[in-house]
Formats: sequence, C-alpha cells, structure tokens
Amino acid sequence: MIKLLPMNRRSFLQSTAAGAAAIGLSPSLFSTTAAAQTALTVGFIYVGPKDDYGYNQAHAEGAAVIKAMPGVTVVEEENVPETVDVQKTMESMINLDGAGLVFPTSFGYFDPHMLAMAAKYPDVQFRHCGGLWKEGVNPMNTGSYFGYIGQGQYLNGITAGYASKSKKIGFVAAKPIPQVLQNINSFLLGARSVDPAITCQVIFTGEWSLAVKEAEATNALIDQGADVITCHVDSPKVVVETAAGRGAFVCGYHANQSPLAPEKYLTGAEWAWGNVYTKFVTEAQAGTPLGNFVRGGLKDGFVKMSPLGPGVSAEARTKFDATLAEMMKGSFSVFKGPIKDNKGGDAVTAGQTLAEDAIELESMAYLVEGVVGSTS
Amino acid sequence: MTIEANIPTLPPLSAQSGNLRPILEWLARRAEPVAISLGAILTGLALFSIFITVVGKSPIDLFKLMYTGGFGSWFSIQNSLSRAAPLLLTALCVALPARLGLVIIGGEGAVVLGGVAAAAAALPLTGSVSPIIVLVVMAIAGMIMGGIWIGMVGVLRHYRGVNETIASLLMAYIAIALMNHFIEGPLRDPASLNKPSTTPLPAEYMLGSIPGMDVNWGLVIGILACIVSWILIEATSFGFAARIAGGNVRAAQIQGLPVGRLIVGFTALAGSFAGLAGMVEVAAVQGSANASLAAGYGYTGILVAFLARHNPLAIIPVAILLGGIDASGGLIQRRMGLPDATVLVLQGTLFVVILFCETFYGRFKIFNPDLWKRTA
Repeated sequence: MIKLLPMNRRSFLQSTAAGAAAIGLSPSLFSTTAAAQTALTVGFIYVGPKDDYGYNQAHAEGAAVIKAMPGVTVVEEENVPETVDVQKTMESMINLDGAGLVFPTSFGYFDPHMLAMAAKYPDVQFRHCGGLWKEGVNPMNTGSYFGYIGQGQYLNGITAGYASKSKKIGFVAAKPIPQVLQNINSFLLGARSVDPAITCQVIFTGEWSLAVKEAEATNALIDQGADVITCHVDSPKVVVETAAGRGAFVCGYHANQSPLAPEKYLTGAEWAWGNVYTKFVTEAQAGTPLGNFVRGGLKDGFVKMSPLGPGVSAEARTKFDATLAEMMKGSFSVFKGPIKDNKGGDAVTAGQTLAEDAIELESMAYLVEGVVGSTS
Repeated sequence: MTIEANIPTLPPLSAQSGNLRPILEWLARRAEPVAISLGAILTGLALFSIFITVVGKSPIDLFKLMYTGGFGSWFSIQNSLSRAAPLLLTALCVALPARLGLVIIGGEGAVVLGGVAAAAAALPLTGSVSPIIVLVVMAIAGMIMGGIWIGMVGVLRHYRGVNETIASLLMAYIAIALMNHFIEGPLRDPASLNKPSTTPLPAEYMLGSIPGMDVNWGLVIGILACIVSWILIEATSFGFAARIAGGNVRAAQIQGLPVGRLIVGFTALAGSFAGLAGMVEVAAVQGSANASLAAGYGYTGILVAFLARHNPLAIIPVAILLGGIDASGGLIQRRMGLPDATVLVLQGTLFVVILFCETFYGRFKIFNPDLWKRTA
C-alpha cells in the first residue's frame, strides 16, 4: 500500500529536505512500526496572496506555526485558481515534493478538485477548509475543518455598538451565502445588545476579492452615515484602510488588520488555524488517524479575537470581556428567539435557541431585523 | 499588422539545378519570424535573470526549476498541457479578430457565458439522452452563446463605430455579472449553499481524459480549433478577404469585399471558440457552472495571441510554453520561496520584449532577399 512513487522521478531534487521527507512520509503516516522517524511534508494551497491581511494570510500564519515543528517541511503555493490548476498543484506537491498531507484552503477547491486528487492518491491525506466532508460519501483520506466565527463577529458588534455615535454601522460583504449572512447578522445582533436602535447597512460586492468595489462600498456606507465598518471579503485590507482614512472605526476579519489602522481598529474576529494544523500534523506524525470532520469556535481555539484597540471604551471592554467569558464556557448563543428577519418574517421563533453548531445556521438565507440590505 | 502569406511557397524546381539562391531566399523569409521570436524570448529571459539576481536568487536554479516543473518529467509535461488547453481556445478569440485589425480583449466574458449556457443546456437532457449527445448540445450551446457575445462587439464596431477593445472589456464585466445572476438565481442548485453553482453534471456525462494521458479532451479540441482557424485564414477566400480588410479597410471596401459581414463573422467565430473553452471547463473540469469559470483564461489568451503574432498555428507552442511557465510557477514558489508574482514578472517581461521586437521585422538585411546583392 505504500507508494514510493515520487522516488523514481527525483534525480533533480536537492538531496536534502524534500527527499528525506518523502522517505519519512510513509512510516509516519501509515505504519504502526514507525520508529523515531516523523518527517512529514505538508502542502498548503492558497487562492490568493498569502500576505493579503485576510483569509489567505490567516492560513499562512497557521502554516508558519507548523513550520517550526520538528520533522515538518512546509511547501506553499499562492494564487492558485479553483480550476485544473489546483489539481495539478496538489499532484505536483505529491509527486515532486513528496507531500503526505495537503491542505487546499479555499472553499472551491473541494469539489471536484480535491476529491479527484484524493481518489487518485489514496495514500495521501487531504484536509479541506470548509464543512463539506460527508461521512459515507467522501473517502476517509479526505476531511473538512472549519471554525464557527459568528461569535467573533458578535463580539465585533459589541465594540462597534459602543463606538458608534451615529447608531449606524456598515458591513461590506462578498456574496449573500449562509456563512456571510451569519456574520452580518451576528455583527448587528452584537451591536444591538449594546443599543437596540442600531442599524447595519450591508453592501454585497458580488466577488470574494474585488478591491475597487470594496473601496466604493466602504465609501458609500460612510457617506450614508455609518461610523463603524467591518467586512467579509477575502482581503479586508482595502476596507480597513479606506474606512480608517475616512475617520470611521473598523472591526477586522480573518486576520489581524490593526497594523493597517492602529488608531481606528477596535478588534477583529480572527482564525486560529495554527492550533488546528498543529493537531493534524501531530496526529499524522504519531501515526493516529486524522480527524475527518473537525470544527470548533472560540472556546475550542479555532477562532480568536484581535487585541482590543485604543478606540474601545472601558465600558465596552467590560461587556466584551464578560461576553467572551460566557462564550468560552460554551453557554452563549447569538441566535436566541424571537428574532425577526428584515422583511418582517420570523427568523428564529420565541423560545428557540440556536447553538453555534446548530444545523439551521448552515443554510441561513435571511438578514435579521435591523440590517438594511437584501440577499438578492 | 502584417499580411504576409504564411503558406510555405516551395522554391521552383529550377533551384535544384545548381542555383542555391531561391532556396536561400525561401529559407531567409521563413527564418525571420523564428529568429526574431527566439531572440525576443532569450532577451526576455536575460532581462528576467537580472531581476532574479537583484532579488538575491540564482537565475540558474530558477531556470532549472522551471524546466523541472514545466517539462522535466511526464507528469510535468501533462501538467503544462493541462494548463495550456483552455488558452488555445481563448487565444483564438483574440487572434482571429486581430487578422481584421480588431483588438478584442474581452474573451473572458464569452468563456463564462459559454460555460453557463453549456451547463444550462445540459440540465434538461441528463438522464434521458446519451452522454455524447449531451456533450455535443453543450458544445453547441457554449459556442452559440460565446459567438453571440463577441459577435455583438463586432456589430457595435462595424455598425455603430464603438471601439471594440473597450466594448469587449466592459462586456466581460457584464458577462460575469450575468453569470453570477444565473448561478445565484434561476440556475442555482439549491444544494450549493456556500458556493453557488448549477446542478452538477453526473460523472458519466463528463468529458474525460485523452486515453493514456491525464489531460482532458480540451487539449485536442483546442489544437483542432487552431488548425481549422489557420486553414480558414490562410487557405480560404474568406480568410484572404479578412486579411485584406485587416490591412486596409478602405481598400477592401473599394474592392467590394463585405467588410461588415467579415467583421461580424470573425468576431462571432472568435467568441464561439471562447464559449467552447467555457463549455470544456464545465464539462471536463468543474462539472457545473460557477464563479470558478472566471479564472482569467480569457485574459491570459490575450498574451498567448500576441506572443503568437496572431498566427493560429503558433498559438499551439506558445500556449504550451505559457502552460509550462504556469506549471513551474508553483515549484518556484515552493522551492525558492519566491512569490507568485515572479511568474507574472516573467510573463510581463516576455510580453513587452516580444512586442518591442515586432519593430525588427524587415530591418535585418539577412532576412530580406530584396536587399541582397544581385548575383544571378
């Protein structure tokens, strides 16, 4: 079952790291007789630049954490589109670098790209960021990991609620899909926990990465009176810099954007992928099976908050800390009924409480009352 | 734009009777584009080496890696060919109108709409008719859609005097917006929650791989399209008329050539090739139409067409060369720690140098027999 496929093609390889890793790969992953050999080559694939202050940087920071682990070689490739390119990139990492564990990090890499490669290379482990893996449908050498970041956006909303003077906050969103809608709703609900009069205007840009439209949307929100802005796009850099340049406060997303706007940055909902990757790599090196469906939120160390900025008042800090403490206990729920949607219908009925892993949240198709905007 | 005939005209038989001059003349004329193109590529690589040296890396290592990643093994060759396949068709979308003097840069629009049309056409048919019929219908739908889209650019150009470059570029944005509308609205598979897509094509309806290779049939389709286009331009009266019109529209009109029909016909044909690229992307790679269709193939096609000097046959090696550069880009990132932009710098350098070298045509006496001393 152990394939040493890469070995016959590697006369060109620098004899050191990659070669050693490929030899070490098989015992560490698939054999129980492994001695001290725990070398492992791990491939990371990003859909955008890995220094984007956003989605991709969050993953690259996670990759940097495992890079420091003994025996681990990390190979990374950025700006890989969700086409045959990503299939060939995975294959190239397996064939030319001897990767035994691959993390294709973009949502669109899963089907058909990662599944095709997983079928072709059954001895390589693939773990995809997103919640798409299904037991019995997808093979066991694949899996999903994802974080519940909605509570982070709720905490963002709390700081925004205190910082806003106009009682209008703004959200620059990529696409009206469940994940994004949940973040928008959580942000508003967090702000409304401070002041129920607050409204949140949302603008959808239609694309995950479209700098010009993101800047236009940010300016439009501020022109309409919003004085705290957050976003859900791949790279929040443009939104953060534009908003701070106009004097508005900002809440971050994906990664820590405070270096871009140290004075105006309140806090941010960040991924803590380093913890997740460390766990996968430790399992792979120990020869134990890797998790196939791994999820978690703030309390599980999948998500973290940026340090609070200078714009956060003492009052805001108290509520922020108290709410965070409750979330860490696992007893907090953002979506507690009754909640109306912004068309007057019932979003969450009275008495219904949706935990952060509730299945209903995964198909969210509404914006809650207080959000100004439309999903279509 | 040159209107030289590219058909190799064989020297007359008299040349074989001791007089070498006609053979030399024939060779000189054939050698000019090859020598200038090679010279341009070598100059581009030399300039790029300086850039790499400046950023502190070894150009020798880099070129070795590029060879390894692009063409160094059977895997690498297939990797390059896979990436080249869609470029063959999108380059034709630029090259064909270019023979008429039109600069069309919005092939991306025809790609995405061709893909959507193909996916939509397949929906009512899957399950009731055989795969081959479904694929043919998809191809026709993609080609018609792409043809209409770029054909409209030709119509605007000829009948309303709208600049075709700007029109096609702006229409590409409209096309992407339309694609988003269809895949997020009327054609959306309700199961595609966080990545809006059309209903996936069942596996047995997918366009498979070329036997014995891990490259899909898109490569064969692309090469055939290039050959057909070359014959059309070089060996038919339609193509001849187009080249006349491309050289001088007034002269063509005075000759009574149907310039309007030529423009609309060529742009529509060009668009249909790009639409076919979208169909192949859906039928062979993605399995459904979704935002991954807008992967930039339409834009890379511009580069390929210009490097090939709008000669459909030259598109084949140029596309494979760019596919190889793209394939090796990943290895350069992984082994040398250079950012993805490195490959873009190389592509840009080659592009500029090759365009610059266009000005050398006819300047070298050795390639221009008319300037040789009369010896016979």
